Amino acid sequence: MADKDRTLLTQLQTLFNAVPVELPRDKIDTLSVPADRLIEAIIFLKHKAEPHFEMLFDLSAIDEAKRGGGLTVFYHLLSLSGNTDLRLKVSLPEEAPVLPSVCTAWPAANWYERELYDMFGIHIDGHPNLKRILMPEYWEGHPLRKTHPNRATEMPPYQLPEARYRAIMESYRAEDYREPGMSDEEMLLNIGPTHPGTHGLLRLVVRLLGEEIRDVNPDIGFHHRGAEKMAERQTYHSYIPYTDRIDYLAGIQNELPYVLAVEQLAGITVPPRAEVIRVMLCELFRVASHLVWIASYAHDTGALAPPFYAFREREYLFDVMELITGGRMHPNFFRIGGVALDLPEGWYEALQGFLKRMPAAIDDYQALLADNPVFRARTRGIGVLSAAEAIDWGVSGPNLRACGPAWDLRKKRPYSGYQHYEFEIPTATEGDALARTEVRLEEIRQSLRIVEQAMQNMPPGPVLSAEARYAFPRKEATLQDIETLIHHFIAVGRGMSFPAGESLFVTEAPKGMNGYFVVSDGSEHPYRLRIRTPSFPHIQALKLLAHGHLVGDLIPILGSIDYVLADVDR
Amino acid sequence: MSLTQWLLTLASIGLVLLGLLLIGAIMSYGERRILALLQDRLGPNRAGPFGLLQPVADILKLVSKEAFVPPFADRMVYTVAPIIVPMTALLSFAVVPVSEDGWLADLNIALLYVLALSSLRVYGIMLGGWASNSKYSLLGGLRSAAQMISYELPMGLALVGVVMLSGSFSLREIVAAQELPFIVLQPLGFIIFLVSGIAETNRLPFDLPEAENELAAGYNTEYGGIKFAFFYLGEYLGVLLIAALVTVLFLGGWHGPWLPGVVWFALKTLALILLFFWLRTSLPRLRYDQLMDLGWKLMLPAALFNLLITAVLGLFWMKG
Repeated sequence: MADKDRTLLTQLQTLFNAVPVELPRDKIDTLSVPADRLIEAIIFLKHKAEPHFEMLFDLSAIDEAKRGGGLTVFYHLLSLSGNTDLRLKVSLPEEAPVLPSVCTAWPAANWYERELYDMFGIHIDGHPNLKRILMPEYWEGHPLRKTHPNRATEMPPYQLPEARYRAIMESYRAEDYREPGMSDEEMLLNIGPTHPGTHGLLRLVVRLLGEEIRDVNPDIGFHHRGAEKMAERQTYHSYIPYTDRIDYLAGIQNELPYVLAVEQLAGITVPPRAEVIRVMLCELFRVASHLVWIASYAHDTGALAPPFYAFREREYLFDVMELITGGRMHPNFFRIGGVALDLPEGWYEALQGFLKRMPAAIDDYQALLADNPVFRARTRGIGVLSAAEAIDWGVSGPNLRACGPAWDLRKKRPYSGYQHYEFEIPTATEGDALARTEVRLEEIRQSLRIVEQAMQNMPPGPVLSAEARYAFPRKEATLQDIETLIHHFIAVGRGMSFPAGESLFVTEAPKGMNGYFVVSDGSEHPYRLRIRTPSFPHIQALKLLAHGHLVGDLIPILGSIDYVLADVDR
Repeated sequence: MSLTQWLLTLASIGLVLLGLLLIGAIMSYGERRILALLQDRLGPNRAGPFGLLQPVADILKLVSKEAFVPPFADRMVYTVAPIIVPMTALLSFAVVPVSEDGWLADLNIALLYVLALSSLRVYGIMLGGWASNSKYSLLGGLRSAAQMISYELPMGLALVGVVMLSGSFSLREIVAAQELPFIVLQPLGFIIFLVSGIAETNRLPFDLPEAENELAAGYNTEYGGIKFAFFYLGEYLGVLLIAALVTVLFLGGWHGPWLPGVVWFALKTLALILLFFWLRTSLPRLRYDQLMDLGWKLMLPAALFNLLITAVLGLFWMKG
């Protein structure tokens, strides 16, 4: 890292009593800050430090019960101007932990702090609305604490007496609209959890004046599956299929940051052929994800035909995907150290067939959506986001690029060999729903360019690292000699232990920056796995996007930010 | 009138009603198959040959559902509202001349009668939305009311041009006056009437009262079973009516070479119905305020302009 950062670190140490934490394995500067100096340090870093750290990328905690007690809260700050990261850590006691709120610095912190409270029971001082976010209001305990049971079988049998049932049902009641302070003409409309416009289980409590939106309060958590908790009882390899299902429309795109984070932790290098295969499949999944977005977004605006066209193209893509990986939406194809299998015979022709039909299909979408006067009238000028607001709210991916900044990690921090490909980063300046549409349509074209280059330049060689400690032995070899068979048996059954350390890897997923933060204590299971998904802050920003628009705009705005509820709730 | 005459009249009314209901049912099947074709899928093809019995299955299903009234709804209005919608459409057909000598009633104010009934139709939708006492339905009902008011004016004004040219309110005489179809003489009036017609029938891109993506199903969110079927039927009859009216008023009705008048009428109407289906699959929905803007700021002035032009030109040409 540059000297500039060193001066920043010394500044932080002298000004805020920060203490550098032993370097984790991801080379991100990490400092421990006392809780009472946190706010000052945050404000300093956001506004005065050189470079500015404009974005709160992630905020979560680690229960240190098995590593010396207490809780560690980490703030992951991102500097877009300096293209660098900083991690602040705050140690808290296990009993009655209290933390000051940073909502004043970043509105995005609101939900992250609620998640802290929900998952770890950390009380946030000065938080405007400290309620559970992912778990239901009546949940007992804080799931990501190590004391919380990991499986339902570890819990006592579930009881639901009548009175408790009534209390639970009552907790879903939207506050009465005749509450004092609200004028009589306002109406509270409850959209969802099941509603045709929400693409999944999402509840929006909308305050309306006529058809004008005064306020939107998204209620999430209906799709929460405890993916982070589950990781703590999976081996490093057996967790890969779970990642597929985080953003289930972008399957393999979730595997990538996870395996990259683990590879970074263990210092594994991936053979070049595996890297190219990874990039190729990832870009194909970006296309698949964007196709579903086209379909659902078109449907949101009331267009009936484009969804079918987009799903048809996606079906052709999945045929190719099935040929290569054996899976469709959730291929479970990447391995730590490479990929599961080499490319099958006939992959080139199959993929070529798909690539041939795509340009015409994209032109169709362009004609049906972005060039359609009714669609343009519907989406122009709604859900406008300025670049500064977007960064403040933690918005990333195409949503951020539609407001101006050409922030794409594939260009800014090339991983898996993205620096070898020629492609452009489409941006727009309007920041409205139409701009997001145009950016995504162009992104499909660019992704196809990358796929084509990957196809042409597929290097020969192995597809899995030979690093025997961390990568599975070859299946063919297990059928030949007993040593490898035993290793394979143990590696699969018991798992492989990875070196202790902390490793974050962020990739550019179709929906934005997707980060997996792996904390290892040297055992076969992740000690803590933090998944920072792009959709979580995006849905939070809906409040800002929808304000003042008509209720008829709400669903197109929601559609234009391209989220997946599983990606929000994990 | 003698008893035989009464019986004959009743029988013919019954036949026409049955025929119209049948056409409505076939349209629902036709629309689903044609939409499917345009969207690269098959559509209903299980019930009977080519799925032709699908409407029968649909009706049987809807009829056999429990006649449920939500406890919070206004029972009376909730029950009456769905009946109004198909009823107004059915009544309008009484004055539609399908051929030179094929009509039920030749009212001398037929056009006004049709417009009046189409205004009544909105009550069905609005009251349905209101009586359901649900927020989605209420918003749908309100939208519907605003939409109808905005589109009734340009619709009526567009027709004045036709009336001027033919000198009559009787639909039969209007058709008779069309040696040259009025679409040639009144191109602007044709477009305004067609667009208003689509808006009147609540079809895409003007299906805001329904708008399933934002309002779930709008005014009919709380409806099920046979009451829902009435709304559904009303929509298809509305499409049929608007298509028939456009044929009568602008496309020359039964006029056409070689084929008998009824066939020409049917062909023209069918083509317009297909246009309705095609629009539905191709276009996104407009936003509420855009819909209002279109109605008041574009269609209304255009209709007035059309009226002015027609009047001025008519003054010179039709002197003799």
